[in-house]
Amino acid sequence: MATTTLDSRIPPGPIEHKWDEHKGHLKLVNPNNKRKFTILVVGSGLAGASAAASFAELGYEVRCFCFQDSPRRAHSIAAQGGINAAKNYHNDGDSVFRLFYDTVKGGDFRSREANVYRLAQVSLNIIDQCAAQGVPFAREYGGLLDNRSFGGAQVSRTFYARGQTGQQLLLGAYQALEKEIASGKVRMFPRAEMLDVVIDGRGRAVGIITRDMVTGKIDRHAGHAVVLATGGYSNVYYLSTNAKGSNVTAAWRAHRRGALFANPCYTQIHPTCIPASGDYQSKLTLMSESLRNDGRVWVPKQPDDKRRPDQIPEPDRDYFLERRYPSFGNLVPRDVAARNIKHVVDEGLGVGPQKNGVYLDFADAIQRLGRKAIEERYGNLFAMYEKITGEDPYVVPMRIYPAPHYTMGGLWVDYNLMTNLTGLYALGEANFSDHGANRLGASALMQGLADGYFVIPYTIGDYLSGHLGEKLSTETDDFRRTEAEVQERVNRLISIKGTRSADSFHRELGRIVWEYCGIARNAAGLQKALQLIPALREEFWSNLRIVGGPDQLNQELELAGRVADFFELAELMCVDALDRDESCGGHLREEHQTPDGEAQRDDEHFQFVSAWQWNGVGKTPTRITEPLEFEYVKPTQRSYK
Amino acid sequence: MNLTLHVWRQKGPADEGRMVQYEVKDVSEHASFLEMLDVLNQQLIGRGEEPVAFEHDCREGICGSCGFMINGDAHGPMPGTTVCQLHMRHFKDGDVLHIEPWRSRAFPVLKDLVVDRGAFDRIIQAGGFISVATGEAPEANLIPVPKPVADRAMDAAQCIGCGACVAQCPNGAASLFTSAKVSHLNLLPQGQPERFDRALSMVEAMDREGFGYCSNHAECEAVCPKEISIDFIARMNRDYLKAKAQRGMKTPLQT
Repeated sequence: MATTTLDSRIPPGPIEHKWDEHKGHLKLVNPNNKRKFTILVVGSGLAGASAAASFAELGYEVRCFCFQDSPRRAHSIAAQGGINAAKNYHNDGDSVFRLFYDTVKGGDFRSREANVYRLAQVSLNIIDQCAAQGVPFAREYGGLLDNRSFGGAQVSRTFYARGQTGQQLLLGAYQALEKEIASGKVRMFPRAEMLDVVIDGRGRAVGIITRDMVTGKIDRHAGHAVVLATGGYSNVYYLSTNAKGSNVTAAWRAHRRGALFANPCYTQIHPTCIPASGDYQSKLTLMSESLRNDGRVWVPKQPDDKRRPDQIPEPDRDYFLERRYPSFGNLVPRDVAARNIKHVVDEGLGVGPQKNGVYLDFADAIQRLGRKAIEERYGNLFAMYEKITGEDPYVVPMRIYPAPHYTMGGLWVDYNLMTNLTGLYALGEANFSDHGANRLGASALMQGLADGYFVIPYTIGDYLSGHLGEKLSTETDDFRRTEAEVQERVNRLISIKGTRSADSFHRELGRIVWEYCGIARNAAGLQKALQLIPALREEFWSNLRIVGGPDQLNQELELAGRVADFFELAELMCVDALDRDESCGGHLREEHQTPDGEAQRDDEHFQFVSAWQWNGVGKTPTRITEPLEFEYVKPTQRSYK
Repeated sequence: MNLTLHVWRQKGPADEGRMVQYEVKDVSEHASFLEMLDVLNQQLIGRGEEPVAFEHDCREGICGSCGFMINGDAHGPMPGTTVCQLHMRHFKDGDVLHIEPWRSRAFPVLKDLVVDRGAFDRIIQAGGFISVATGEAPEANLIPVPKPVADRAMDAAQCIGCGACVAQCPNGAASLFTSAKVSHLNLLPQGQPERFDRALSMVEAMDREGFGYCSNHAECEAVCPKEISIDFIARMNRDYLKAKAQRGMKTPLQT
């Protein structure tokens, strides 16, 4: 395969004018011609639903696909905290520039400045749009919108709807989508899983192949453009905060067809999740970051201290975050907190029946502020914690441990959100562009909706305008060949008839990736993982057991297909993590730390995006780089001492 | 603990289906109910039997995918809890549990515990939205919403669309689901222009889908994992009646 050159298509000019200038020169599709175009949108989370609804409102014909039974169930729904926007309603000095600045710095100088600036600009429109849709944002007594502050920022710019912001924003986009389904402009395909993208002889995306998850029927869909809004890949770790169904398959199938996969090693491990309770554990649950405002993190100084936490006196406790980071204390950024928690647990100081957590203790805050104040702030979270663990956090300190939560890496896209494959777009968590090596809290919802409501509706017209009059057909050799390959893969999975379930392989894979490509990585470990993963992958393809046939609702078959793709992704993550011989954001290479144990970037050698090209199973992928330039935010070493 | 399960097994929409008994041994009290079923399914796969199909995704009680009846209770015995957040410490050794899919004419069974809830999406399509195309919105703070109104709208908006209300209702009514969306939008100033059309067309859609009528049993409220109040049903009925009465009037109702 020929090496692709990367053209990020960043418009010229000062950063504050780039987007406006660009919009002013994008080619348009005449309103009467829009109905002659069909756009395929895969995924119905914040990015997919908002894009599909917006396309339909503009007049395009849309087909939207999701694997859930309804578009309302996409995993965006689980986001708790909030959504950032530079409204400066609190008169506290916020601005588009400041949101841009915080995001670039938070991403540890590994994101693309022009994209981030645009994100900060359109954040304003998102709040307007969602409020008009009836999203019940929290209000002040005067009836105006309330804000709160979040990690990585010194201003209050986070809009929220109780602890269910993601749910309410998604329902807003879902309702807009359902309206367009009713109008006939969107044809919705729930319980449909995309299993491949169809690329024509000129390298253009012309359609997708899906599997009807109820009947097993393999279908062809042709479109003038294909938009992937299929989320992130944290489930490669098996245990993560993602929904069980979240998977990389759509993005990975596109990667195998030539789309470049950028920065796969940039994963975010969230520090405050409920620890696993046993080997049946199926997923991990996030406890909002806001808890660290009032909770104090500690472990006993002695390993195997059998005393109840309230019986352990102060001198026998180690408040390790407060000790190591006196000025930020328990409020250090996510990556720093996660690393330190893992460190003390690895030293054998972990607490709980599995010795796999640290205490997050509210006793001081309850004494200082009263139980009622704590109830008002965190009541719903405490109730959820008690539901899961059976322990009352007002009395017994919470136990927490980090868990994979978000993936900054994803399909490489240019400024227009198009991948290197013509006509194939990637939005939201599925692309790589805006968060660099670390995402700030309340920025994922912002990016999903920015891409779907306010970026792709403009940029896609520029592409489509050049393809007016092109007839769509699924009766082409490209479609026939791709469908046959999908069918063959399904048959191959079914016919292995081995002894191990897809779930057992997934668990084992997850343990390897967590151990060697999790919170902290080193060359020896990554090399070991690159031996273990292919070996396990081969066992998977020779010893997998799927009970039940392909022509029915078969959850084992669905899982097996996803796990097969996670194997290949896991290998690429380790290749990327090994290749990136520096630390940055969520990617900590143990060889590269400051004397204080912080991530040590190497801007001279690694100030670029690594976009990987697929060369086949077990073959070394080719790295293509996109240099990053920082004209407006000068790279500095982060410090939270 | 050891449990005896009687699980509804149905190969497909056309199959008759039947209860099948399974023994599950050494269940941890810390496992969730779905994790207990995961363990059962791994055992079934080991024996070469088809695992029990059930719907689930976030396992955090927010996506609304999961849900089935446990001994006649939608989402099981704990109030305000989806079945993914129900933990085994609420059961005891030797318990016999009957696990069945949602039962409603409007929710056909697809397989085992998986039902088709597409009717809910079609009710939303009938009017569960505010018509504002992307880009049309005014500045967000131009529309103040009194805090008590916003809070009440949020109480209704929390609905996760799981279908427990329908499954528990002796009439198979979808009034709690529908009224939650009608109330969320009809309470807000942004929802006023379409208020009466919304109530009318969503209630009609509900009837069209084959859901029963509400006769105030309040079973729905008792099992709702988000504890949504049946007060919203009264609110929906009021808007519906007003809308019905004004049909054919030349001057539209004032909101």
